Amino acid sequence: MNNMSNTRAYTTSELLSVMCGRAMSDGQIVFAGVGVPLLGATLAQNRHAPHLTILFEGGIIGPFIKPGRLPPSTNEMRTAEKANMLLNVTDVLSLLQRGYVDIGFIGGAQIDQYGNVNSSYLGDVRRPTTRLPGSGGGNDISSLVETIVVMPHQTKRFVENVDFITSPGYVSGGKSRAESGLIAGGVLKVITDLCIFGFHPETRRLSVQSLHPGVSLDDVLANMSFRPEVASSIETSEPPLPEELEFLRYLDPERMYLR
Amino acid sequence: MSAVPDAQNSSSPYLAMRRRLSGRDRGLREKVMSLSAAVATISDHDHVAIGGNTFSRTPFALIWELVRQQKRHLTVSRSITSTEGDFLLAGGCVDKYMTSWFSQGIIWGLSRVMRDYVENGKVTYEEWSHMSLGMMYRAGAMGLPFMPTRVMMGSSMPAALVTHLETMRCPYTGDELLLLPALNPNVALIHVQRADVYGNAQYDGLPFMDADIAMAADRVILTTEKIVSNDEIRAAPDHTRIPFLAVDAVVECPFGAAPHECAGLYDANYKHMNEYSDRQRTGGVEGALGYMREHIFEPKDWRSFVDKIGVSGRA
Repeated sequence: MNNMSNTRAYTTSELLSVMCGRAMSDGQIVFAGVGVPLLGATLAQNRHAPHLTILFEGGIIGPFIKPGRLPPSTNEMRTAEKANMLLNVTDVLSLLQRGYVDIGFIGGAQIDQYGNVNSSYLGDVRRPTTRLPGSGGGNDISSLVETIVVMPHQTKRFVENVDFITSPGYVSGGKSRAESGLIAGGVLKVITDLCIFGFHPETRRLSVQSLHPGVSLDDVLANMSFRPEVASSIETSEPPLPEELEFLRYLDPERMYLR
Repeated sequence: MSAVPDAQNSSSPYLAMRRRLSGRDRGLREKVMSLSAAVATISDHDHVAIGGNTFSRTPFALIWELVRQQKRHLTVSRSITSTEGDFLLAGGCVDKYMTSWFSQGIIWGLSRVMRDYVENGKVTYEEWSHMSLGMMYRAGAMGLPFMPTRVMMGSSMPAALVTHLETMRCPYTGDELLLLPALNPNVALIHVQRADVYGNAQYDGLPFMDADIAMAADRVILTTEKIVSNDEIRAAPDHTRIPFLAVDAVVECPFGAAPHECAGLYDANYKHMNEYSDRQRTGGVEGALGYMREHIFEPKDWRSFVDKIGVSGRA
């Protein structure tokens, strides 16, 4: 993906999981997918956020995932391990609409300058080159709550305009998100394996906020197909700690998601 | 409310739905039948809604039999679709598929069958958000024509649907809302852990959208791991999720969700799902059809299929 990978002591998914975990605070309610966000959330629970609650779209409130038994979907019983409550899908998603959720995590195939995410179609929707799995709860999360997008940093994924908006970010920038009817939520940040983006307060375009260790701004820009905004002062994130990596590998010994 | 005759709208789909319901036998009567007889009640062109989600409590035996009976021109809805969607598409059963997500499961990657059907325009494919489909079934279950929501706006999804969607400004708050039309499927297919002969159904584990789907549908076909006595149901009526009065057929069908999971009884057969996934990944639609010949069309009955793939656990 980029020339730093060879010298790192961690994989892309490990780095993303650590950065996700650090984005969560104790006491928060987070709506997670089963891959990197779940690893990050479980890591956060183990370290700085013991009172973090995970929700899954399958209808699950507050599970604790068993090491070595990571679920392959958000909609089956492995995800319900030690849960506080199982409720129907429409009701768990309604918790987003009601406002119970602090952060939702989503991924996708493409993201654009306004944080819109595509997980539906590559190419023209009427004759797509690739039909992807689709929204699932992604559109619900991004429409209703503050969202963090997690995505590998690749030119083909970071495009000026996505082919299809599955999960809206700031739509066409400025106030267009609220004008389209989405008066709550919005993309808080985008976490990649190179950097973390925030959004420009007025244009609502992606804005480089912090760089991961060993990454330069040029690396970030070279792996995107458009030029984002750059914050006036850029921070450097703390590298993944050995304890963080050790815990992630304990959770996912078969490397189902830690690729 | 003025009593203008026109406002009575005797042609309303709502009244038609009520008439269909009043014509159903809703009495406390025995409804047990065979898998093939139950599926034979499904007609070509029906809208069939499927319970469970992904590979959890999927009414797999019903879908398996539906493919064997070569039903045609169905509209199928299931909010999160796994392997069963491949078989319905490759089996030539579906004109229109409504879902929020379609793939065997995240770790298995994209379905090549789904890609072939959608990318080549061989099926009308409607992508909804997960909550939207749930709300559409719920509106159907509530006897309302639509449900207002705050999702799908600002996205490309509404314009890509065949279904026309309206928005409105809330008369109380001024908020912009998307109005999701009610779904009242012709048939709901539901698999549960236990039910009595009358159709009182109890299920454990994740409830998904099953109760809403059942109450929204014109007809409900249940498969159950086990038929239990009505006394057992009445001993724990708070566990009954679907009442007899909404159920039209009860089929006792051990391992009826296999190779998918059924909470408390058996896990998904991951080995078998890997095997199928490899065949569709290497062979596309042809690979899926080869699998279907061996596993859907050749076995003499559901029990033979279950024995062939092997399921660990108990039914």
